[in-house]
Amino acid sequence: MNLWSRLMCSCRRRSPWIFHMNSGSCNGCDIELVASLTPRYDAEQLGVRLEGSPRHADILCITGPVTRNSVHAIETVYGQVCSPKAVVAIGSCPATTNVFIDSRVLDGPLNRHIPVDVFVPGCPPRPDAILQGIAKAAEILAERGSRPLVNEENQQ
Amino acid sequence: MNLTIALARLLIFPGLLFAVPTAWFFLWVERKAVALMQQRIGPPFMQPFFDFIKLLGKTTPARSGVSGLLMKAWPLLAVSAAAGAVGLLPVLPLSGGFQGDLVLLLALMELPSICIIAAGFSSRSIFGEIGSAREAVLTVSYNVVFLLAVVSIAVSQHTFRLEALAQLPASPLRWLGVLAILVCLPAKLHINPFSLPNAEQEIYSGPMIEYAGPELAMWELSHGLEWVAAAGLVATLAVPHFAAGWIDSLLFVSLSFGIVLLLSVLAAATARLAIDTTARFYWRCALMFAGLAIASTLLMRLRA
Repeated sequence: MNLWSRLMCSCRRRSPWIFHMNSGSCNGCDIELVASLTPRYDAEQLGVRLEGSPRHADILCITGPVTRNSVHAIETVYGQVCSPKAVVAIGSCPATTNVFIDSRVLDGPLNRHIPVDVFVPGCPPRPDAILQGIAKAAEILAERGSRPLVNEENQQ
Repeated sequence: MNLTIALARLLIFPGLLFAVPTAWFFLWVERKAVALMQQRIGPPFMQPFFDFIKLLGKTTPARSGVSGLLMKAWPLLAVSAAAGAVGLLPVLPLSGGFQGDLVLLLALMELPSICIIAAGFSSRSIFGEIGSAREAVLTVSYNVVFLLAVVSIAVSQHTFRLEALAQLPASPLRWLGVLAILVCLPAKLHINPFSLPNAEQEIYSGPMIEYAGPELAMWELSHGLEWVAAAGLVATLAVPHFAAGWIDSLLFVSLSFGIVLLLSVLAAATARLAIDTTARFYWRCALMFAGLAIASTLLMRLRA
């Protein structure tokens, strides 16, 4: 690995910009994600910035058990995030559909539709756990960025 | 000013080579000041640099046709205009300059705002268009005050040359003008309470919404360079040059830093105003202020 790609790898790890998406969540995980950005937990120390546009983001944070209505939106937004990108599933719902399992309005869990890198289980998870998940996703992102070809295959 | 000196000023000092790290430093000061006001630790010192390099390594969505080309061109134009504006600042005494370079500086400082307006409309996103419309309203509002204040300073000192303005001693009238410019700077830099075009809770990122990767990095850089140019202009007008070069440069840099700190603390302490309140503020309150400055300047010239 040459100097430029090592620098790029380090910068990707230290500057994860996140985009938050709700796929039918009960709002519990969303509140905890917002709490992790507040002064008490201060995600900005890790370089985390909450972005308004998926085009700006590196990490897609998805909450909720994936309702049928949200599937198309999830796929669109995942396509709009520019590569290299990573996905963090926040809460038990996107991982297993949680207590809503076998509901007819759901089309979950999340990894049936897009590849998920980090699961942060909990109902809801604590803000520190969410931060740990984002930090782990940033490391995955940095590694993935240095191997772009493998990344393309994974997405297929 | 011959071509070599002009190129050296544009590319080395106080142009790109000096201005880009300063821009990153000011962006960090902006975020760190907000963090400290909220009792957080805030981003690490190198954060704007990390963000910039990371954005350079990201892919951009493929865009075709004229609008795709235009979307690539706007951020580059904004960065070059802001870098040109920084290059004109008289940081060192006897650094040259020409008659009327203040007018060129004002034009170059205005260009990034125009690029932002055009970029929002080229992106064809509804949020981008709303952001651009807001930016246009904001530009029309604060620029009347900003230009009147600058003109009143220039008229009171009988020159439109930055070097000469920097050397003349400060008068009370000049302080009035500098104060009026300071009132306009939050709107010029799109920070709270006038962060309307990029209001993230209302219209996501406004004109920047469709930008990604290296293009977004250029927008971030142009924002940082605008900070350097705006703070530098105020520092030039507020502090008269002494004889020794290094004292002047030190004063210039520390005053710029002070202005960035002041504006960041203001941004952290205030909430965003609505667009009609902002326009009313500039047209009613600040315009009277600037009118007072230019009227007293003209009266003084008549008396002299």
